[in-house]
Amino acid sequence: MFRRLLEPTHAVTIRIDGNYVTAAKGDTIAAVLLLAGNPRFRTTSKSGLPRGPYCGMGVCFDCLVTIDGEPNRQACLAKVREGMEVTTGLGSPQLAAGKQP
Amino acid sequence: MSAHRADGNDCDVAVIGGGVVGLSVAYGLAGRGLAVTLLDEGDVAFRASRGNFALVWVQGKGVDMPEYARWTLQSAAAWKGFATALQDETGADLALEQCGGFMACLNDQELEARAVQMRRLHNAAPDCAEVEILDHRQMKALLPEIGPDVVGGTFCKHDAHVNSLRFFGALHEACVRRGVVYRPNAPVNDLAQISDGFRIATPAGEFRTRKVVLAAGLGNAALAPKVGLSAPVRPQRGQIMVTEKLAPFLHYPLVTIRQTDEGGVMLGDSKEEVGLDAGTSHEVLGSIAARATKIFPILGRAQIVRSWGALRVMSPDGYPIYDRSTACPGAYLVTCHSGVTLAALHASVIAEAIATDVWPDGAVPFSARRFGDVSAVA
Repeated sequence: MFRRLLEPTHAVTIRIDGNYVTAAKGDTIAAVLLLAGNPRFRTTSKSGLPRGPYCGMGVCFDCLVTIDGEPNRQACLAKVREGMEVTTGLGSPQLAAGKQP
Repeated sequence: MSAHRADGNDCDVAVIGGGVVGLSVAYGLAGRGLAVTLLDEGDVAFRASRGNFALVWVQGKGVDMPEYARWTLQSAAAWKGFATALQDETGADLALEQCGGFMACLNDQELEARAVQMRRLHNAAPDCAEVEILDHRQMKALLPEIGPDVVGGTFCKHDAHVNSLRFFGALHEACVRRGVVYRPNAPVNDLAQISDGFRIATPAGEFRTRKVVLAAGLGNAALAPKVGLSAPVRPQRGQIMVTEKLAPFLHYPLVTIRQTDEGGVMLGDSKEEVGLDAGTSHEVLGSIAARATKIFPILGRAQIVRSWGALRVMSPDGYPIYDRSTACPGAYLVTCHSGVTLAALHASVIAEAIATDVWPDGAVPFSARRFGDVSAVA
């Protein structure tokens, strides 16, 4: 669906859901995920339906991922950094572990 | 019903103000077969509805005015039917949860002061104030995430909350479905009595109406004297924050902390006398966050995604003002700071009173006459 128009000059390696992925310096996490063919970034807290980037500019909060253990980060605003760990597919953070009604 | 032109320039009732209060009254009036035009300002208006905390709140209301305690309880009781009707008309899920609500106290003095207040309220209005005083253990049973600093608090089974965004949208849609003509960008420049009603001048044109309802919040202060009414209201700022969406952990609303049906946690609410400034300040937001994390320490790990300020519409004693003009029959005033809680009565009792011009006993104590300004009110 997505492809690069320019080949990266500075490669950065990050891990997405445990898999090593090569990205370009300056890429956003959202760009890397979409290039990897993964439009499902997370699930919603109510219905569990998948969501991905909608606005791509920090407004819609639909592209949330976990970055280095910190949940609900906007993938469209966060840029890749060497060694970064990104986790997709999670719902809303559980502040109160195991205390469901 | 009289002829109602599509542009709404000639109507039975013009409601000035398109917030929760104006929409609720317009919804009730349109449901009584009247041709209603709703005149609203634009996006940059001061809107108390923006700052609402989405509570249908009873506990502690009316400590110095038992009539207000009763009025509030009556509205809370009417909310179920009100919400059901709105949901049936629009398909929106208002997420009304009438599960009761809490207030948390962080030291013994706070708890004792609260208990004294609740006893005073109970003595003044024994027929309606059912508020329980709880200790830490009793609070913890229903709010398992409270921290050790919570010494106790109060609970009232009549308290409730809704999804206020969907409520506002549903009110608006239901009004339009009922035939209300909504005219945005129509701030009222002039309002005058004419032989068969009122003439209203706005940048969006001139409107003629048999009756006029002032529901313009802070704008009522300037409009009311034009039709023989008095609206001594002032702005009081409240600041609110909302967290990222979190897995549900809070199953009851607190007066300053609630988790919405969509997962975000709203934190409020300051009371600041800063004039017409709807901004935010780090100092106030910081103290709201500090108190919230003392009550629920796990909130310290939540991210805040938005904060905003809004201006409440406060009368001198904090209670609503309902009036009809004797100098200009057909002119009415409806203003309050609990537009969500009181919406069910505004859409029924108050709309009926305006439609029939029969003023209900329950609304009489809320005349602006209580402030000593007897210039022209009912």
